[in-house]
Amino acid sequence: MNLALMGAIEQGLLFGILALGVYLTFRILNVPDLTVDGSFALGGAMAAKMIIDGYNPFVATAAAFVVGCLAGAFTGVLHTKGKVNALLAGILTMIALYSINLRIMGKANLPLLREDTLFTYTKDLGIPNLVVGGITWLTGAAMVFIVGILILKLIIDWFLHTDLGLDLRATGDNPKMIRSFGVNTDSTTIIGLALSNGLVAVSGAWLAQYQGFADVGMGIGMIVIGLASVIVGEVLFGSSSIFRVTLAVIGGSIVYRLVIALALQAGLNPSDLKLITALIVIVALTVPTIAKGIFKKQAVRTVKGGSDRA
Amino acid sequence: MLNISGVNKVFNAGTVNEKIALNNVRLQVKSGEFITVIGSNGAGKSTLMNIISGGMLPDSGTVTIDGKNVTRLGEHQRANLIGRVFQDPMAGTAPNMTIEENLAIALARGKKRTLGFGVNNQKRELFREQLKLLDQGLENRLKTKVGFLSGGQRQALSLLMATFTEPKILLLDEHTAALDPKRAQLIVDLTEKIVERHKLTTIMVTHNMDQALNMGNRLLMLHDGGIILDIPDEKKRTMKAQDLLKAFEAARGGEAFSEDRFLLT
Ligand SMILES: Nc1ncnc2c1ncn2[C@@H]1O[C@H](COP(=O)(O)OP(=O)(O)O)[C@@H](O)[C@H]1O
Ligand SMILES: [Mg+2]
Repeated sequence: MNLALMGAIEQGLLFGILALGVYLTFRILNVPDLTVDGSFALGGAMAAKMIIDGYNPFVATAAAFVVGCLAGAFTGVLHTKGKVNALLAGILTMIALYSINLRIMGKANLPLLREDTLFTYTKDLGIPNLVVGGITWLTGAAMVFIVGILILKLIIDWFLHTDLGLDLRATGDNPKMIRSFGVNTDSTTIIGLALSNGLVAVSGAWLAQYQGFADVGMGIGMIVIGLASVIVGEVLFGSSSIFRVTLAVIGGSIVYRLVIALALQAGLNPSDLKLITALIVIVALTVPTIAKGIFKKQAVRTVKGGSDRA
Repeated sequence: MLNISGVNKVFNAGTVNEKIALNNVRLQVKSGEFITVIGSNGAGKSTLMNIISGGMLPDSGTVTIDGKNVTRLGEHQRANLIGRVFQDPMAGTAPNMTIEENLAIALARGKKRTLGFGVNNQKRELFREQLKLLDQGLENRLKTKVGFLSGGQRQALSLLMATFTEPKILLLDEHTAALDPKRAQLIVDLTEKIVERHKLTTIMVTHNMDQALNMGNRLLMLHDGGIILDIPDEKKRTMKAQDLLKAFEAARGGEAFSEDRFLLT
């Protein structure tokens, strides 16, 4: 594979963390959360600033997770306690974060040129590229990324099967029912939004280290990219169980990056990318619904469920 | 066990749509009582159930459960005391989660949530044992998503989930109304079996007069937000649906009972 496609796989993997975060809110909690654009850049800003200040990149990335959680929790409190519509709550946090991110960075762009980062550590490991039949399939860095994100995926799988995780899932699935079993759905919603944005911030932190800079605009459009990854992943790789769907979401992120890379190679103008992304999401969202409509008309019996998940 | 005194609930107070749903309701329920509740549409039956469960808070009055004043506690804060089954079979279970996951949520009712596995082999054993009581073969389908079950099966599961942790009070709000007669009968039988097994203090709203007379050991009739009839077990045993109608008319001073939703057969 050529360089661009190998880069696309690396990016797909690190944006896969973003996709896992978006999956937690969009699918598990059933809440559309627009905090993401802000918390992604927040993660990048926080990690870059701390690395420049001399902190270990692992510590900086962990700090990004923590502040991402705080941002998500803020949206959650606004939505549940302040009764602000979920979309609006997310937008408000996102806008506020833009100023906060500028404060953290001190300027609009922070380069990490000669700093040690998770990415330089990865390259220092010296893992050779995976070459089969004379074709380079995976870079050494990509293989490290795969291990990292699979560990993260397994942690999320585990969490969603704990008592607390079951409550979170039921909050998105049937809030009335889970309240009747003694669960405060405000708390579960806040926890879910916090974890989701923590993951998103880690993704931003990782991207800043990968590309060697943080930028105040690096979060723009991330929510749509996250949604695209979730939806494309589910359509292509299935969503029959948690274990499967978290894998599918990561796969969706990689496929998305590959499609973008191929489109660019085919001569597409980079400024059209956001339009393409929006189109991918629109198609992925509407096609299953339309297909289902046709299917329903043909089918005599249908399975009845509670909240419908296309 | 349950003590309700002076409870009022008004919807849309001060507007043209003002509706007094509960008017100075007083009710004492002893431990082990199984009360059936009837009343025309809009009489305030569901509102009463919601006031007990905490889904709604009363405008005035107090609610005490097992000696504890719960009047101002939210639904989730008193859920450890109350088991509930709703009319809608979709309402009591999470459709995109498996049978065993739903049961695990029910098992954790009122307990502090931890990061331990929600379902483990020990719990599975308990779930299988409990599901066998339903006679629906669900004990072999622990990993099936609940959304794939029939309405009757979901309602049976809801009933199990509401009861197997032995709540202080079981609230059933027309929980057979959405089912076809055969499935409804199955749920009725299960209800009696489970209530008997755990000796649960139960309040069951029904629109079926025969159900109200044949089940339980005390019968209440609600009308316009008040309890107008409170029939003890001995008297209830001797009554037929026609007697209930007469009793209603007497209590209302001659007003005829007009409610075609009531089933007289
Ligand atoms: N959330 C609400 N808002 C406004 N009015 C309500 C609400 N819930 C119930 N009501 C009204 O209160 C009265 C009692 O309702 P309900 O308790 O549901 O009656 P039922 O005996 O049929 O269960 C009805 O007139 C109903 O329209
Ligand atoms: Mg009702």
